[in-house]
Amino acid sequence: MLNVSGLACSRGERRLFVDVGFSLAAGEWLHVQGDNGSGKTSMMRLLVGLSPADAGAIFWRGERAPSVEFRRDLIYLGHHAAVKEDLTPLENLRLAAALDGVALDERGALAALIRLGLRGREELPVRVLSAGQKRRVLLARLLTRPADLWVLDEAFNALDVAAVKLLGDLIAEHLAAGGMAILTSHQPLPVPGGKALVL
Amino acid sequence: MNAFFATVRRDLLLAMRRKSEVLTAVFFFVIVTSLFPLGIGPEPVLLKKIAPGILWVAALLATLLGLPRLFAADHVDGTLEQMALSPSPLGLLVAGKILAHWLLCGLPLVLLAPVLGLQFDLDASALGILTLALLLGTPLLSLIGAIGAALTLGVRGGGVLLALLVLPLYIPALIFGAGAVEAHIAGLDVGGHLSLLAAMLVLAAFFAPWATTAALRIALE
Amino acid sequence: MRQSLIQWFKFASPQSFYPLAGRMIPWFWAAAAVFGIAGLWISFFVAPTDAQQGEGYRIIFVHVPASWMSMFIYVVMAFWAGRGLALNTRVSAMMAQSLAPTGALMAALSLWTGALWGKPMWGAWWVWDARLTSELILFFLYLGFMALQAAIDDPRRADKAGAILALVGVVNIPIIYFSVKWWNTLHQGSTINLNKAPSMAQTMLWGMLLMALAFWMYSIAVALMRVRAIILERERHTEWVKHAVE
Repeated sequence: MLNVSGLACSRGERRLFVDVGFSLAAGEWLHVQGDNGSGKTSMMRLLVGLSPADAGAIFWRGERAPSVEFRRDLIYLGHHAAVKEDLTPLENLRLAAALDGVALDERGALAALIRLGLRGREELPVRVLSAGQKRRVLLARLLTRPADLWVLDEAFNALDVAAVKLLGDLIAEHLAAGGMAILTSHQPLPVPGGKALVL
Repeated sequence: MNAFFATVRRDLLLAMRRKSEVLTAVFFFVIVTSLFPLGIGPEPVLLKKIAPGILWVAALLATLLGLPRLFAADHVDGTLEQMALSPSPLGLLVAGKILAHWLLCGLPLVLLAPVLGLQFDLDASALGILTLALLLGTPLLSLIGAIGAALTLGVRGGGVLLALLVLPLYIPALIFGAGAVEAHIAGLDVGGHLSLLAAMLVLAAFFAPWATTAALRIALE
Repeated sequence: MRQSLIQWFKFASPQSFYPLAGRMIPWFWAAAAVFGIAGLWISFFVAPTDAQQGEGYRIIFVHVPASWMSMFIYVVMAFWAGRGLALNTRVSAMMAQSLAPTGALMAALSLWTGALWGKPMWGAWWVWDARLTSELILFFLYLGFMALQAAIDDPRRADKAGAILALVGVVNIPIIYFSVKWWNTLHQGSTINLNKAPSMAQTMLWGMLLMALAFWMYSIAVALMRVRAIILERERHTEWVKHAVE
């Protein structure tokens, strides 16, 4: 499904990595590992098409990415909170879905927030939530937006023990349903199996 | 198109939660135009002569005031990144943001201009032409300004740089916008001015979102 | 097709362009000197004294070529910038960057000599003539381009952002020029019209053309020198630069 070959990236004069390649099939996930500054985040941004690669090619379902189809099948969650502080979690979720052109009614959005343990917080401005709770608002998008490929950069940061387990379960369910995931993390991840890629 | 309207709704909703930011630009417009009679003197003939230019230059600067915020907040909190990766075309979302910017920063100026024009002893028909010219011209300012805002996104000293990049490009809008009112006061036909302003608006509406999108993708790299 | 494309990219690489530019620079300097000496000789000694304007008019031998160059360089700069953006060739973007200061210099020279000419002719350093005003705006556009490129740290991003700005500028220049002209005719009563210049003697035209050629050659030579400096700066960590500098 996802085929990556010959990927190279440099920042300024520094070569981060050359000739990185891997492939993912339905139900598989990739753990991108490496020290600080080894280019994990650069790699993720390159994979989703935010920045151009120096060399290499990414194919999604046999077609060159990034394409509209690729973006439709992709969820990327990076370091940023990517939520609006002045809006409530409910508004954030529903507006993000509307921008993506995905239908999402209030019931669906509420169900996702409750699953992520934000019951009773859905009408508060995000501003008053804690860092971990903000992160959960963002993660709720994994439930409201159907996508085959999850690219999660340091998604386990700022999460408490319960949330780490919850996200692990979400990813496991996603994989069991034939999805794919690419994760970065320093610590061991609570998801079984998985290919490893060390930068 | 739903994504376009969703973007407009989102930006309006965000502005409503933070009214002060919108009101700043409007107050700026009011204060700057009110300063000129104080600096020049209250002579009605002179004020009437310089009114179109002053109101237009003030509108230009007031629009400029809101431009750095057009993409900056979305850039900082990462929502711009999500927009760039959205299945909806980024150009459509950007166009929605520009429209929202005009509704918040341009339209209030259009509505206020007739009131401020009274300070300069403009008669009713001149006020009408002024409003019409601003109605055609301020969206043009938002469109051109968006390119500059995208180019200077996250750049050191971006605000001042933005003014340097955008103000020369505003000159045609200023000339035809202020010129329309001047021509009307001088008893000349204003059709030419207004149709040229409209033509530039159409041209900008077509190209500016596209150029802005390209600039945003570069800023996100 | 594929083969020629590869060939072309090889030529467009900084490494092969650097020595090529180095070989071309002396020729352009020599041509600039030859045309410049001939042009100055005609403009000072051959061209007749103008009946109305006296000797002071001779400044147009600098003023007019500088104005031409300032406009032309912007278009060339936008061309290189656009090519760099479309084909992702590094040398194109470097060419655009290296042309900007020369273009700004030409615009400044044109404004300065225009003021020097204006003082004895109209008794004012500055008149709001359509052409002078357009030249001033063009000067601002150059400054904006250079300021944007200087403000962005990552050279690749600076190239691309500058390219978009140059393209937006080149679309706007005719609109700006036209609107300033319109504005000028509307306010005709208060300004002086430059268009009614006295008909030019044949020798004056020759002098001006030779000076224009000299300015061309100078601009190319300086742009090539600057592009070599930019190449060295950006590629300073590569092996070939270490050899080239030794």
